[in-house]
Amino acid sequence: MDIPYTVEARPDTGVYNAKVGIWLFLSSEVMLFGALFSAYVLIRVGTPAGEWPHGWQNLTLGTLNTVVLALSAITTLMAWVACKIRQFGKFQFFHGCTLLLGLTFLCIKMVEYHQHLNHYEIHLTDGRIADGDMLQNNPKQDYVVIKGRYAAYEEDLYDLRAQKNLKETEIKIPRSQIKDMQSYGPWHNDYLALYFTLTGLHALHILGGSIVIGYLWGPGRRLWKTDPERFTNRVEVSGLFWHFVDLVWIFLFPVLYLT
Amino acid sequence: MDAIVEQFPPYREREAHAAHDGHAHHEPGFWRGCVFSTDHKVIGIQYGFTALCFLLFGFFLMLMMRWQIAHPGQPVPVLGPLLEKMLGPTQAPKGAISAELYNSFGAMHGTIMIFLGVVPLAFAAFGNYVVPLMIGAPDMAFPRVNMASYQAYVLGGIVMLVSFFIPGGAAQAGWTSYSPLATSIPTDGQVFWLIGMILLITSSLLGAVNFIATIIQLRAPGMTWLRLPFFVWAQFVTAFLLLLAFPPLEAAGIMQLMDRVAHTSFFLPTGLAAGGQLAHVSGGGSPLLWQHLFWFLGHPEVYVLILPAMGIVCEIIANNTRKPIWGYKSLVYSTLSIGFLSFIVWAHHMYLTGMGTKIATFFQATTLAISIPSVIILTCLLISLWGGSIRFNTPMLFCLAFLPMFGIGGLTGLPLGLAPADIYLHDTYYVIAHFHYVVAPGTIFALFAGIYYWLPKMTGRRMNEFWGRVHFWGSFIFMNVVFMPMFAQGMEGMLRRMADGGANYSAARVPGVPDTLPNDIMALHTWILWGAMCLGLAQIPFIINLFWSLKHGEETHSDNPWQATTLDWQTPTPPPHGNFAQVPRVYRGPYEYSVPGHDTDFTPQNEPEIAKPAAPRISTPAH
Repeated sequence: MDIPYTVEARPDTGVYNAKVGIWLFLSSEVMLFGALFSAYVLIRVGTPAGEWPHGWQNLTLGTLNTVVLALSAITTLMAWVACKIRQFGKFQFFHGCTLLLGLTFLCIKMVEYHQHLNHYEIHLTDGRIADGDMLQNNPKQDYVVIKGRYAAYEEDLYDLRAQKNLKETEIKIPRSQIKDMQSYGPWHNDYLALYFTLTGLHALHILGGSIVIGYLWGPGRRLWKTDPERFTNRVEVSGLFWHFVDLVWIFLFPVLYLT
Repeated sequence: MDAIVEQFPPYREREAHAAHDGHAHHEPGFWRGCVFSTDHKVIGIQYGFTALCFLLFGFFLMLMMRWQIAHPGQPVPVLGPLLEKMLGPTQAPKGAISAELYNSFGAMHGTIMIFLGVVPLAFAAFGNYVVPLMIGAPDMAFPRVNMASYQAYVLGGIVMLVSFFIPGGAAQAGWTSYSPLATSIPTDGQVFWLIGMILLITSSLLGAVNFIATIIQLRAPGMTWLRLPFFVWAQFVTAFLLLLAFPPLEAAGIMQLMDRVAHTSFFLPTGLAAGGQLAHVSGGGSPLLWQHLFWFLGHPEVYVLILPAMGIVCEIIANNTRKPIWGYKSLVYSTLSIGFLSFIVWAHHMYLTGMGTKIATFFQATTLAISIPSVIILTCLLISLWGGSIRFNTPMLFCLAFLPMFGIGGLTGLPLGLAPADIYLHDTYYVIAHFHYVVAPGTIFALFAGIYYWLPKMTGRRMNEFWGRVHFWGSFIFMNVVFMPMFAQGMEGMLRRMADGGANYSAARVPGVPDTLPNDIMALHTWILWGAMCLGLAQIPFIINLFWSLKHGEETHSDNPWQATTLDWQTPTPPPHGNFAQVPRVYRGPYEYSVPGHDTDFTPQNEPEIAKPAAPRISTPAH
């Protein structure tokens, strides 16, 4: 038994099965990310004036990641074109590039996550707030060391755009003076909750896409020898998914980094 | 029948030839054939069997809840000791249902009935088995994705069931899982619920993609869009609803999971207090956001429950009235309208949230608008009966009962769609009665009809007619005994989700206080309890009949025992792997019954035109 239109396009619809499937899947993904973006809108609109964080992201790394994904979109397309003109060597090169770029993106993302999770807001018993990157936090020592600054009010920490040249110094804080200490994880506030959830889900998509691309680049290449047309279709379908994930980032970047 | 055999050379004969050649691999073993099968028919049966088990389980949860409501705090007869043994004395002290356990049962009854019972049965089971047959396809477009869909469903079901046995018990915040309640209840059951839901959503996503791709791509030659049987249309729109409405709930589920696991505050407002203490959360979240995202799924979900049922009813009515369905095109366009409108009515579940009168006005308008296509569908089905010489077999009886039962369910929904009436009726037993009339004697009756109708195709044997009728009349009478009194209780102001069934607010408990629940209204609980038990007894003939008929039912001796026109009946019985011996060709619309000048009173879709009929054809949908 053969299922029709797995490789060749059905004449009246003009597409093969998997292409219909991936577009439907992507429409569902649009709704998934759409719901999360609408959650972003609703929560941001509901935040009291002046309390939405600005400038909390590492713009250099964010921009770098944007470039990485943009490049990977080009290499994905080139890989598909190489398949179409039946040049397998070129396909391997370009698809390998996509895979590397995808993994680079994930590594940079991990660095960014680490920076957030290592950044602490420490409320002191005297009412001041110390805010900065953790340098020493050994439970055996009765003090912690951060590289940061003091702030009088929590409001001073929200908008970092206006505070371009912050003087950050090493601050040693005895544990006895700490009233409350919290890292900039998703629990810290709604902005970071949205940041971690949206980019985390996006990173999972990058990971999934990388696995598929890695499969096609590695063990999946066997199909090229027996059925190059079908293999090309698989590359196209995985490419469509990859472009969608890139596109999500194009929305995430301004929403989380630039505004 | 001869024509059919001619069109399809006997499949088994070809099989035999292949076997002689010595390279036939058509009979897979038990694991490949029954457990990890990629055949749409096996997957359909797997879905059907699992879903029926879940329906029965959900029914038992309900029975125990009805006992608790009628006799609050008293040990559950028969099942009580088992409950205490399995769930522990804190959950079920001395075999009685604690308030926490009641809440768990309530939440899980809804979850199981909807996401593990009715949707898998109506959409996945019938859709899988019947849709590829009806459109003349050899299988679904993505058979392995289909298998993955079933496996994700089973996994989701297991996660849900396991959650009963963890410390603290299963989720307790209702099937709607409103935050911050769902986040504050100290049981990890909610985490299980969320993970289970994410698995079930994955399952339905894979299924929906598969169904739509199959219907778009694998229609047999000549099977144009307006020659599709209405059942296929219903499944097509249902698949779109699942595809597009579920992801927002998945997003909401992820956020609620983050709230519980990563201590975010997506749905937790500033100043939230739980257990008399200020919760240790960052705050700033929006409880309303959860409700919006939940009901964005929740309302299309209602149509996921009802559309496949309408599809089944339509097929069976056309077949048993022996005449074309009345208003095929109206049915199709109404279904498409429902599909579209169902995405913009969700906030009529939220009139009481204070979201504002302007928004409420918009959603009242759309809610009333969506009742129009629903009424068109029901009217078409009703008018189809007109002038037919109806065959009253068991599937038809269930379908005929579907019409008024769904009518009651639908019409009692109108007051709920209007904010002023809803503010009074919201969260009362009236709502329970309303949506159960749609789903229980509505959808589930259609599903029973479908089982009685398609089982001869699956097995080559009919189910017993007499016991089928016993099942029908028992179900029909006791469904109404159970649900009709709830309208009265609700209008009297009895709230749902109360572990004591409202005893605390009864005139007997607090005499002399105005607006308490009168004794006769409270007495209806006992009436409903007995009705529910009898409803359970009425299912016993069905269960025995189903299993007995697999081996001992009356043989049909025909591939088309109901003399139907659609392609699902033009295959060998049971349909082999690949369904059709050769690709069928479709020449006409789906409901060409009693065509004047034709030898038989049914003309299968794949029967080639012979000579021009003498009399003009009965109107059939052009394409």
